[in-house]
Amino acid sequence: MEKEQDKVLKEVTESEYKYGFTTDVEADEIPVGLNEDTVRLISAKKNEPSWMLDFRLKAFRKWQTMKMPEWAHLNIPEIKYQDIIYYSAPKHKVVIDSLDEVDPEIKATFDKLGIPLDEQKRLSGVAVDAVMDSVSIKTTFQETLAEKGIIFCSFSEAVKEHPDLVKKYMGSVVPYGDNFFAALNSAVFSDGSFCYLPKNVRCPMELSTYFRINAINTGQFERTLIIAEEGSYVSYMEGCTAPQRDENQLHAAIVEIVTMKNAEVKYSTVQNWYPGNKEGKGGIFNFVTKRGICKGDNSKISWAQVETGSAITWKYPSTILIGDNSSAEFYSVAVTNNYQQADTGTKMIHLGKNTKSIIVSKGISAGKSQNSYRGLVKVSKNAVNARNFSQCDSLLLGDKCGAHTFPYIDVENDTAIVEHEATTSKISEDQIFYCNQRGIATEDAIGLIVNGYAKEVINKLPMEFAVEAQKLLQISLEGSVG
Amino acid sequence: MDIQKTYENYLDIFQKVSPNFKKTDSDKIYQTRIKAYENFKKAGIPDHTHEDYKYAGIAEICDKEYEFTTDSRSALVDLNSFFRCEVEDMDTHVILLSNGEYYEQNEKLTDIDENIIICGLKEAKTKHAEIVNKYYNQHVGSSKDGFVNLNTMLSNDGLFIYIPKNAKLNKAIQLVNLTHGFGNKNIFKRNLIILEENTELNMVICDHTLNTSNNFVIDVTESFVGKNANFKYHALQNEPNKSGVINSHFIRLDEHANASTLALSLHGGIIRNNFFVQLAGRFSEANLYGLNLTDREQRVDNFSIIDHIVPDCTSNELFKGIIDEKGKGAFAGRIIVRPDAQRTLAYQSNKNLCLTPEAKMRTKPQLEIYADDVKCSHGATVGQLDETALFYLMQRGINKKEARLMLMFAFANDVLLKINIEPLRKRISGLINSRLRGEFSNCSHCLLNCNG
Repeated sequence: MEKEQDKVLKEVTESEYKYGFTTDVEADEIPVGLNEDTVRLISAKKNEPSWMLDFRLKAFRKWQTMKMPEWAHLNIPEIKYQDIIYYSAPKHKVVIDSLDEVDPEIKATFDKLGIPLDEQKRLSGVAVDAVMDSVSIKTTFQETLAEKGIIFCSFSEAVKEHPDLVKKYMGSVVPYGDNFFAALNSAVFSDGSFCYLPKNVRCPMELSTYFRINAINTGQFERTLIIAEEGSYVSYMEGCTAPQRDENQLHAAIVEIVTMKNAEVKYSTVQNWYPGNKEGKGGIFNFVTKRGICKGDNSKISWAQVETGSAITWKYPSTILIGDNSSAEFYSVAVTNNYQQADTGTKMIHLGKNTKSIIVSKGISAGKSQNSYRGLVKVSKNAVNARNFSQCDSLLLGDKCGAHTFPYIDVENDTAIVEHEATTSKISEDQIFYCNQRGIATEDAIGLIVNGYAKEVINKLPMEFAVEAQKLLQISLEGSVG
Repeated sequence: MDIQKTYENYLDIFQKVSPNFKKTDSDKIYQTRIKAYENFKKAGIPDHTHEDYKYAGIAEICDKEYEFTTDSRSALVDLNSFFRCEVEDMDTHVILLSNGEYYEQNEKLTDIDENIIICGLKEAKTKHAEIVNKYYNQHVGSSKDGFVNLNTMLSNDGLFIYIPKNAKLNKAIQLVNLTHGFGNKNIFKRNLIILEENTELNMVICDHTLNTSNNFVIDVTESFVGKNANFKYHALQNEPNKSGVINSHFIRLDEHANASTLALSLHGGIIRNNFFVQLAGRFSEANLYGLNLTDREQRVDNFSIIDHIVPDCTSNELFKGIIDEKGKGAFAGRIIVRPDAQRTLAYQSNKNLCLTPEAKMRTKPQLEIYADDVKCSHGATVGQLDETALFYLMQRGINKKEARLMLMFAFANDVLLKINIEPLRKRISGLINSRLRGEFSNCSHCLLNCNG
């Protein structure tokens, strides 16, 4: 089973090379800056219908009236929105000639992760034939999936091929004016993924997308829309790795999920954008709005995420539980090292009867990083018998880092049972001593203990993701213990 | 009035009364007013858009017109003759504050150590200027809170307690805050409590309102707990439905100091309690306890920031709430462990019972930790009475109403057990019992009906 899954994953990742690009290489980048013309230009380049342009323009006008949110426990350097290129099709730029010129530390990381040589080259920005950027590539399984009636394609393709579905659901979970970054994304999003599961179809394989940032100074604005009709099921994986870049890059994505009666969507993420170097220079700014709606009765959405990358992470995968007996899960491991900052968590909004949610969040901070959990559990007036359990644990490695917890609990119903618990601690010397005694070096011991600590969440990930995640945890924390 | 108008009104009031303050205040204190005025001007009145005051219901309070007075003693009859607020079997010095001012006819405290000073803050500002100048606004001054700055800007009187090194106070202090008179009163009280090395102080604070108007009380208490000092502060809030109270307590602890506060919100319109605790000396310990019984359309909002500045300190927080009918409760607690504040122990717990579908509870237990060798925990629950426990009691012949009361009382009892002054605990336990039964919690000897 594992081998087969490995093969599947390999095929998916390799397929990115096979297919190349469909867009015109000449028209690859638009001028720096953002105004209404930029939005029109993006829309025109993608040959979008007028309703799509209207959506973008509405979002853009709303965005202009909005201010960057300041409530997060983050120290965000000023982002110059006018200095960003908002659209870039994959025209390759040669940055380095061979892998030998790549930072040896980065290379060592690749080796440890077991990334194939070709991919290593591509990740490091070495000249190879095909480089993928904002424009999605066709996916291998499209035909197999088509047999079952499953639509899995790039967002732009969906706009052309399935306009009714896109029109109906786009913005229904995350409205264009939802927040500052969502509005920005809605105005300038380049591409993304679209997934539709018809009634009573169980997706036979795990769907996966690898989003990558490659071009210099390109904001990455992805948009994902997953619709699960009655009785359907899909496990969807999203993973990110990014090559080393000195300038900060902005990433503002939107993920929307809709589940109908008895449907289930499992959304797993491994996020490993470039976190900046040891001095806190560079790294990705990751501002993501992820939200799902359990529309039908007995539907379910579960989020599992391992966050090890990005200089700044601002991300709150949320679920709105509308259908009666619907349920949601959120499992998260967030690791910050060096000067990374993370403010992440979830929102569980209970509207339907007998709705249930579980939150398990594990934060690990090392170096001089700041790691915050921020979550909301809201039980509305009509959510009879709602039930929530939240657990937020923080592990501190080192005495210069910070671990913070900001849970919000709003209960407007007397039948609700909401529990929250959190602990903050460091790895005890006893535990390390125990390992040392048995011949395990301190660094390995910490890896062992951290993996044990994160096990509860990692177990929720699909197999191949779990393996990668475990390695990532160890790598992210390397050098954090002196 | 809306919030903007109320804000402008306060700025006007300050312009009007500041010449008087300039005459009576020492230079230093007048400067604190000016600074607070600037801060308030900048911060404004924190309304629901302000994260820390999101659920405090400030707009509702500001909706009414209030009368700001600097002197209200004249209209008063002799309160000592008919006002009784004693705790049985507990010997206390009773001190009255009338509409925020030290009551002239307070009995002279003749049997106390001569070095101990207990008087009105206004009086202390002139008579004990050196001590007041040393401590006044030292901790409060760093606050950006709109209401705290409003208090610093407009308050003039309150209670002043100074217990010098090694002095012993023979009895507990019972502070009675009386609000009375015609019209909607807007009252600013400022208490300053100083405990020097090796001292002890037990305080019971009772809030009472004699009129039936809408009153708006904005209080600030600043307490300094010196080395090895022990401070216990029990606030019993019993206010009418129409009142609005914003209470801020600033506590700074020195080495090996210990401070415990209890906020018992029995009854009130809109109550907001702020606690700002600084653990500034090693091995100090702060305990914050709170219990609110909220029904009708009342609101209780408890907010705390506990700042662990130095290593080896301990803090405990336990806040419980029972919310009935259309009551609204809110809790926000933040524990900050500064870098290098190693070996900190900080525990926080907020538990709530929502008894009706209309009852609302919002809680935010937060941790901000910048040191690694710490043990911190926080927990929050919102739920109902345990059905199985209820069933168990009913099976044994206890009717449902009585069984519910028993369970509610048991829920509240966790907080009561933290009071280690026996007679006071008994008294409070009685108050809670009658409150849960829906009776007015009158003090047995008192002729007044405080919360009708």
